Formats: sequence, C-alpha cells, structure tokens
Amino acid sequence: MDGKIEKVSIVISKGGLDGVYPGLIMANGARMEGIEANLFFTFFGLDAITTKRMGRIKVATVGNPGLHLPSLAGILPGFSALATAMMKKAMDKIDIPPVPEFIAMVADAGCRLYACKATVDMFGLKKEDFCPQVDSIINVGKFYAISAGGQIIFT
Amino acid sequence: MPQRQYGTAVVDVDAEGFMTDPSRWTREIAAAIAREEGIAELTPAHWNVIEHMQKEFRETGQAPSIRRLSKGSVVSVKDLYALFPGGPARKAARIAGLKKPEGCV
Repeated sequence: MDGKIEKVSIVISKGGLDGVYPGLIMANGARMEGIEANLFFTFFGLDAITTKRMGRIKVATVGNPGLHLPSLAGILPGFSALATAMMKKAMDKIDIPPVPEFIAMVADAGCRLYACKATVDMFGLKKEDFCPQVDSIINVGKFYAISAGGQIIFT
Repeated sequence: MPQRQYGTAVVDVDAEGFMTDPSRWTREIAAAIAREEGIAELTPAHWNVIEHMQKEFRETGQAPSIRRLSKGSVVSVKDLYALFPGGPARKAARIAGLKKPEGCV
C-alpha cells in the first residue's frame, strides 16, 4: 500500500451534533483533498439525513462528560437548546455550516450518501423521509461492496 | 528555501510548492502553476475565483474556505470542484499565489 489514501467510507452511527459533525467534516475534508468519499448513515446517525430532523440536531447535555457540567444541570429545560445555540455560533465562526447546509455541501463536493437498510426498516422510514442528496438505502453487504479498495471509518 | 522557475520568473515556494511572497505573483505564473496542477487553461470562471480569493486574502490574511466562496455567491460548490478537480481550495490558493489554506472545511 503506498502513502496516499484514495478512498474513504465513513459510517455515522450516532445522533446529536457531536455524533454527526466529525463524520461530515472528515468526508468533506476527504473531498477537498481529492479523495473519493462515501457516507453511510446508520442508527441515530440517520437523523442527519432525515428531512424532518436534520435541522434540529442538538448537543446531548445529559451523560456527556465532554461538556464539563454535572449531568443534573443537563436536564434543565432549554439547556440542550442553549448549548446547541452556543456551539452553532462557535462553529459558524470557523465556517462549519449547520447540518442541512453541510449535507448539501458534501453532496455537491461529490461525496455519496447512503442510508442503512436495517435501521430504515427498524424505524419504519421510507426513501421519501430522507433529504434528496441521499443516493439510496443499502444493506451492509452493499456498503462493503461500495467501500471496496478504500478505508472504512466508523464514528 | 526552495525556488521554482515559471517562464522567466524565479519565485520562492514552500515545501509543497505554495508561493511564499504573494507580491511576486503574476497571471503568467498563475497559468504555469495551473498547468502543473493539471488545468490546461484558466478560463474567466477560474479567474473569478482566483481574484476573489486574492481580494479576501488581502482583507483577512486568510484564503477563503469553500463555504465562504459559495455563500458569497462567487462560485457554487459543484462548480468549484469542476473548475479545480482533485482539491479545489488547495489548488485555487496555490494558483492564486497564496499560502495553503489552514481550515478543515
């Protein structure tokens, strides 16, 4: 294997802003370097491509030690919304777009987006529930076929 | 410091071939760097991006991100990737005589 990465397939399995952004940034960064990129959304990661939910993804304030706050504070009404608003503002400053805009940007950059069939069936979702940038709903076998010859990153 | 010759001009570059002194930049140098990057000819659409990047660099000291270029209606994300295939922000900055973009997006 020589030094250069030619292709990555990134799995986004977690919901919440901190679950969704790392994979989006890595996929977009791959395209910026001319690396072929696929995104595979599974479990709560599907929120990022579900039309009804993608604009309302929040930071988890309970059970999130990274926030450096006691979990009990996180249960206060409006706390998650406040933390989310603060984080969005900080991200906008460094040019990281909100999730719906980011999804459109990576898709325009040539990254292909897929939804996990098992989760789609489990949640009773349909292709129409997803944003138009989603290429198709695929099973794990197809995901491996699409990922062939590249690196797979699970987030 | 490494140097590169473009036509009759010899310019200082960093290890990755980005010019270190934007004031030495000329349109001829840009065309030569573009050819190195696999872009045979710079069209008006390329120049629009290049000139906008230089303008923003003069104002902020940073090459603009892809998002800033698309939000500022300079060029859409799709067109940017089509104009500078295989690394739009990096290639456009290099052709524009600017330092390598540092941002992640």
